[in-house]
Amino acid sequence: MDTEMDQIYQIDVGNLLAFNPNHRFSSAPSSREELVKECVTEGTKLVQAIADTLFNFPSTESVDGPLVQLPPPTTKLPREKHLPRPKPPTKWEEFALKKGIQKRKKDKIVYDETTDKFKRRHGYDRVNDDNDIPIIEAKASDEPGEDPFAKRLDDKKKRVDKQQKNRLQNLKSAAKAGALPSHVQLAASALPITGTKAQPKKLGKEELGDVAGLAATSTASGGKFDKKLPGEKPPKKQGKHHKYLPVVPRYGWVDEEKEQTNKVLGKLLSKHSHEILNVGKAINMYNDKKEKKKSGRSDKLKPKKDITKKKPYANKANK
Amino acid sequence: MMEIRTPKTHKAKRVLEKRAPKLVENGKKTLILHGTKTSATVSSVLMELYRLKKGGAIKYSRRNENIRPFESGGETSLEFFSLKTDCSIFVYGSHTKKRPDNLVLGRMYDHHVYDLIEVGIENFRSLLSFSYDKKIAPHEGSKPFICFTGEGFENVPELKQLKEVLTDLFRGEVVENLNLTGLDRAYICTAVSPTKVFLTHCAIKLKKSGTIVPRIELVEVGPSMDLVIRRNRLPNEGLRKEAMKSSKDKPKKKVKNVDQDDVLGKLGRVYIPEQEVGKIPLPDKSKGVKRERREGKVKKNKEEGSASKKLKESE
Repeated sequence: MDTEMDQIYQIDVGNLLAFNPNHRFSSAPSSREELVKECVTEGTKLVQAIADTLFNFPSTESVDGPLVQLPPPTTKLPREKHLPRPKPPTKWEEFALKKGIQKRKKDKIVYDETTDKFKRRHGYDRVNDDNDIPIIEAKASDEPGEDPFAKRLDDKKKRVDKQQKNRLQNLKSAAKAGALPSHVQLAASALPITGTKAQPKKLGKEELGDVAGLAATSTASGGKFDKKLPGEKPPKKQGKHHKYLPVVPRYGWVDEEKEQTNKVLGKLLSKHSHEILNVGKAINMYNDKKEKKKSGRSDKLKPKKDITKKKPYANKANK
Repeated sequence: MMEIRTPKTHKAKRVLEKRAPKLVENGKKTLILHGTKTSATVSSVLMELYRLKKGGAIKYSRRNENIRPFESGGETSLEFFSLKTDCSIFVYGSHTKKRPDNLVLGRMYDHHVYDLIEVGIENFRSLLSFSYDKKIAPHEGSKPFICFTGEGFENVPELKQLKEVLTDLFRGEVVENLNLTGLDRAYICTAVSPTKVFLTHCAIKLKKSGTIVPRIELVEVGPSMDLVIRRNRLPNEGLRKEAMKSSKDKPKKKVKNVDQDDVLGKLGRVYIPEQEVGKIPLPDKSKGVKRERREGKVKKNKEEGSASKKLKESE
């Protein structure tokens, strides 16, 4: 946009920009101050030119002062980011286009015939809620052991999973075209490639710290003279770990020391009970056996067992 | 395996939407940082530039050793910072023996380096060295006037690029409505020689004149310096074309078939295309879908008064 001044300036009001292409320093400026002065005067002329057009625009009054509508800037500057790319149609959109299915606006409140009320379509207390059905009638096609409620839940879960998979596919194709919506990010989640093995458990920060300490204690000097890396924390509890309980317990309190020793003793005995010999019992058993042998095996009152006869199943189950 | 990640908070969502590519873009933010060594001049230039651009600039205070804008591998850090802070202009200051008081002004397109221009600073005068009436001091974030003087800006390609970069740097946001009382600063750039530009920042004093347009008086307030062009890198043609593409390149389509009538108001014309009877998509006439059939059955069952089989409702 040119003004009708002697020197034609290039003015871009939208950017408040002015350019004077015709200025030449007539003589080499004598000092810096002269140079500065000349530049500022030239600048003043340019600002004046812009202000001339600006103040002649129709202005509206506002609280802060006169507001003026600026025209769009004329100098073209490069964009910051690319133009938004068109999103490729989703699988459903393609199908709908092919079939000629139009989008219908759905109401938020729908009439529910079962309760003769108006209920919302989605959310709390909704129409056709799966959880509200008290009785599901059996059909001829149902299997005898199948739970229809569980089946409904299962079906719903499958539908939701299918929808998630479709959504992922749609987003992937959008990402391929460079048109992923701004609030979505596709990230590779870490899953094990081998199907059967469990995911290797990631060690946490504290566990990793402990490992170094463990390794240190296995050295000959117990990790005392190991070179420490910068930032490595000192080992947690050095020396022997022993908590000594009071021998004389507090009045009214459990004798912890006695309990501790009894616990240890009990454990020992139960572990090795099969090895510990009860001498009295052993002698009695021995004597009984001896007497049985002496009296003779044949006891005519007892019925003789027939070994060849097979025992029925029931007895075996009771074993 | 891919998973979908969406922001969990509204704030995060708003931030992502703000940073997304749009038809009409936000104002460019500036990233100010420095390299391994800076001189007093460079650090004060960077500080004052940051103060001038307070609302739309981010200043990094640590030194960055691996940033070398003109080398092929040295831009990765810059691009990463640009991505993280959503800044598309950067000002990188450094000081070496070979290039004393060096400033690299660069722009990004899609967070990749678009163009660079390297200038040396001479005769720098700080903000603090100027004495002026504090009342006319420009407010933070006000839209500035930008003035270029000199034929060099048209003839010399490096100066042309510098002009574009300085416009981008000082412009700030593109606004539609401007408050005339808020105009209080101007940047004056004069091409002293084909390689040297004198840049200064002035405050505007509006003086009464006979007409609506006030008389402008400029008072130097801000930093002033001489910029000596050193190196530059122009964007390659393809990238430049893509970056310059704007949504308004196609002229706005004339709205057809709409008339304004004084009596009737807005009139429209509707054209009905020729009906090709053979190609109309047929409605879904499968048995279960028909409403009459459904309703008929319900009625019948009501009349009979017996427990009816629940009909499969197909959508």
